[in-house]
Amino acid sequence: MDLILFILFATIAVVCGISLVVQKHPIGSALSLIGVMGSLAVLYLLLGAEFIAAVQLIVYAGAIMVLFVFVIMLLNAGEEAPGGKSWPSRLLGVPLLTVFLGLLAYLMQLMAPSMGMVTFGSFNTGAKELGRSLFNNYLLPFEVTSVLVLIAILGAIVLARKEID
Amino acid sequence: MSLYPITTAHYVILSGALLLIGAAGLLMRRNIIVMLMAIELILNAVNINLVAFSKHWQQVTGQVFAIFVITVAVAEAAVGLGILIALFRHRGTVIADEIDLLKW
Repeated sequence: MDLILFILFATIAVVCGISLVVQKHPIGSALSLIGVMGSLAVLYLLLGAEFIAAVQLIVYAGAIMVLFVFVIMLLNAGEEAPGGKSWPSRLLGVPLLTVFLGLLAYLMQLMAPSMGMVTFGSFNTGAKELGRSLFNNYLLPFEVTSVLVLIAILGAIVLARKEID
Repeated sequence: MSLYPITTAHYVILSGALLLIGAAGLLMRRNIIVMLMAIELILNAVNINLVAFSKHWQQVTGQVFAIFVITVAVAEAAVGLGILIALFRHRGTVIADEIDLLKW
């Protein structure tokens, strides 16, 4: 069961990722990215991380993607002219990428027997454990992150506002 | 138990695949909006690694760091899109090749 779910949603994630890169129109790329994030949320559920899965759906697929789609509509971004890629990159790009990924997969499979297995549902860290760790051991990074978000909000407002001359 | 168990290595390979796709998209595309989306894809690939190794070592720390990565990604997207809107207002384009003010 977990094998089928993993293969299905990992395939959806990779196909949507490739679709993000090759789509001509930005709105198609945005929809592909939503597909990637949804399938990754299912993979987080498979790993027993319910809270991360919920955050992935709400924050990424909800908030960030709405922001992206909003900006695409606002700027009326159209189709992109095909780029003038040089012939070595056109010829060698995809094969070299595939070779690199194959090498990575081979090395990981070599290391896999010593790494142990991940089984479905054996390790359930609910939001309780996560919150306890976040607010005890990682309280200072949490507060620093809140300052970072505050700076980002102020920066976005300052950058995007209309200048009053 | 299934016949062929899913291990941490599978998740790491998936993460590597998404990271390479995101990096390729970041280098290939010239629309800045799509480049920002490719960066989001790379950050998602990092998150898979963190959550998978959190499960692997049976420790919750990886998920805590995944939350931090998500927060930083949100901040990055907000500031990046703000810069993009300001840039579009001044230059009237979102194509990276046409924004060459600092290029000789």
